[in-house]
Amino acid sequence: MYDETKYLIAGDKALVMEFGNSISEEVNNKIRSMAAAIETKNIKGIVELVPTYRSLMIHYHPLEISYNKLMDTLNELENQLETIELPAPQIIEIPTLYGGEYGPDIENVAKHNQLTVEEVIKIHTSSEYLIYMLGFTPGFPYLGGMDSKIATPRLESPRTKINAGSVGIAGGQTGIYPIDSPGGWQLIGRTPIPLYDPRRETPILLKAGNYIVFKSIGANEYKEIEEAVKKGTYHYKSYPKKEGSDQHGTS
Amino acid sequence: MGQVKIIKPGLLTTVQDLGRYGYQQYGVTVSGVMDNVSARLANILVGNDEGEGLLEITMLGPEIEFLEDSVIAITGGELLPTLNNNVVAMGKSLLVKKGDKLAFKGVKSGCRSYIAFSGGIEVPVLMGSKATFTRGNIGGYEGRALKAGDTLTIGTPKESLSSLVGKEIHENLYEYKHTIELRVVLGPQEKAFTEKGLQTFFANQYSVTNECDRMGYRLEGERIEHKDGGDIISDGISMGAIQVPSHGSPIIMMADRQTTGGYTKIGNVVTVDLPKVAQAKPGDKVVFKEATLEEAHHLLKELESKIATLKQQCSTKEKEVIKTRKFHLKVNGKPYEVMVEELKN
Repeated sequence: MYDETKYLIAGDKALVMEFGNSISEEVNNKIRSMAAAIETKNIKGIVELVPTYRSLMIHYHPLEISYNKLMDTLNELENQLETIELPAPQIIEIPTLYGGEYGPDIENVAKHNQLTVEEVIKIHTSSEYLIYMLGFTPGFPYLGGMDSKIATPRLESPRTKINAGSVGIAGGQTGIYPIDSPGGWQLIGRTPIPLYDPRRETPILLKAGNYIVFKSIGANEYKEIEEAVKKGTYHYKSYPKKEGSDQHGTS
Repeated sequence: MGQVKIIKPGLLTTVQDLGRYGYQQYGVTVSGVMDNVSARLANILVGNDEGEGLLEITMLGPEIEFLEDSVIAITGGELLPTLNNNVVAMGKSLLVKKGDKLAFKGVKSGCRSYIAFSGGIEVPVLMGSKATFTRGNIGGYEGRALKAGDTLTIGTPKESLSSLVGKEIHENLYEYKHTIELRVVLGPQEKAFTEKGLQTFFANQYSVTNECDRMGYRLEGERIEHKDGGDIISDGISMGAIQVPSHGSPIIMMADRQTTGGYTKIGNVVTVDLPKVAQAKPGDKVVFKEATLEEAHHLLKELESKIATLKQQCSTKEKEVIKTRKFHLKVNGKPYEVMVEELKN
């Protein structure tokens, strides 16, 4: 983390607050606090905020708030950050059917790491993964915190279509595909819950700064959840993260 | 409520508005019109809100049949519009009749035109916007570019068609030339470039390549030198950001840009110059000129006040009725009811 936050100009309608030059939970936490502080203030002229790994982009309307006024406001907020009570991040549970048709590469992952498939599932479901940012496609989470014991290189030749909901591993990262897209991730399972649904009240389920956990489910439960989602009766499970609850570390 | 039918879709015809804001933090692309100024003027001409849904057409325009009377306006790049094979004016509100056919004959200047319909285009509002993002299959008309046979529903005009006809924009805010000068505010990663790299960027002319679309404009020309490569930890991308990956050629990020990216951005085209990019075509030349943030904001203020003036000139508020009188008349034995309204001047 930088000693002094950098304010960078990104054209005449946006600026970037850059907090550090590395990807870390500490930097992410600062971004989350700053974003919360700005949102609470409801500043006229601020259009939207885009948190990323180590920075926060602030889109503003220069005819509604002058650059100088914006800078003063942001500086002031930054100085008060420590006094701001931040709600605990949420943990969102992602029910996942591992292996089989939906996770055709889980044996690759097991073999590569000299583990059994059961061990891969156990390790994958044991971490709380921090959502650093969303990007690439609507709702695609860049997650941190995967145990290096299940790290596996990408497929040599990418698939042309990966179904929405697929859970995969690429190198030391894990992720979920929100919409059908091509990709080279090793697929280990699939979730029946849509990360992206433009007609849902909250179109995107995940938010930067929150966490997700994967929960292993069977084929029957997968079908039940799929049905419930279709009917609009599925209850998305999320709860506040407990302080220091991630005993498994985030190597 | 009227309807229009797409007979031929043209090269790329999409429903757009001013963009889908508020969802970039979730990875949802802003999309919306490429040339914000032309689109707003088109809507102003037909008495719509500036941000109403309209058609963005690209180089080879569509052929459209009107299934009801309507008032339309065409602005932006000159793609030679005709109505029933007769040349029609741009920058003017036009009455079109049921059965009329609008077509485009080719590119005279610019790249994109806008067709606004009085009452706007009725498509579902997704995440606050009617804009089409074709790559993500989001918004607009079924999330895609229009095809032959599609029928668009037009909303109810705010005023009577007759009061909307004949409005005109008398001032050309932009000329679409083959060499454009783009003013650039440096940042956020200008420090990732060598002094020589920055000089190269401002001293040379770049050409628009064939790889130019709603997502971005790839340019080619003198290689821009980095200090230590073009990769960064991904951060946000604003409209008009000039990305320079390690290969040293600039890419101007436009309406369908991804929300975040991992390449160095040397600077950002100032907002008032973005319509020039939107109207540029492969082979056109680009020269960059440095501007301060203050200048950029000043230019924006000037442009907005010009648009406000044009908007005022176009607004013909229905005059207030002071008195209404009804008469019963008989002409040649036939009864008529006549209403006379006295208007406030």
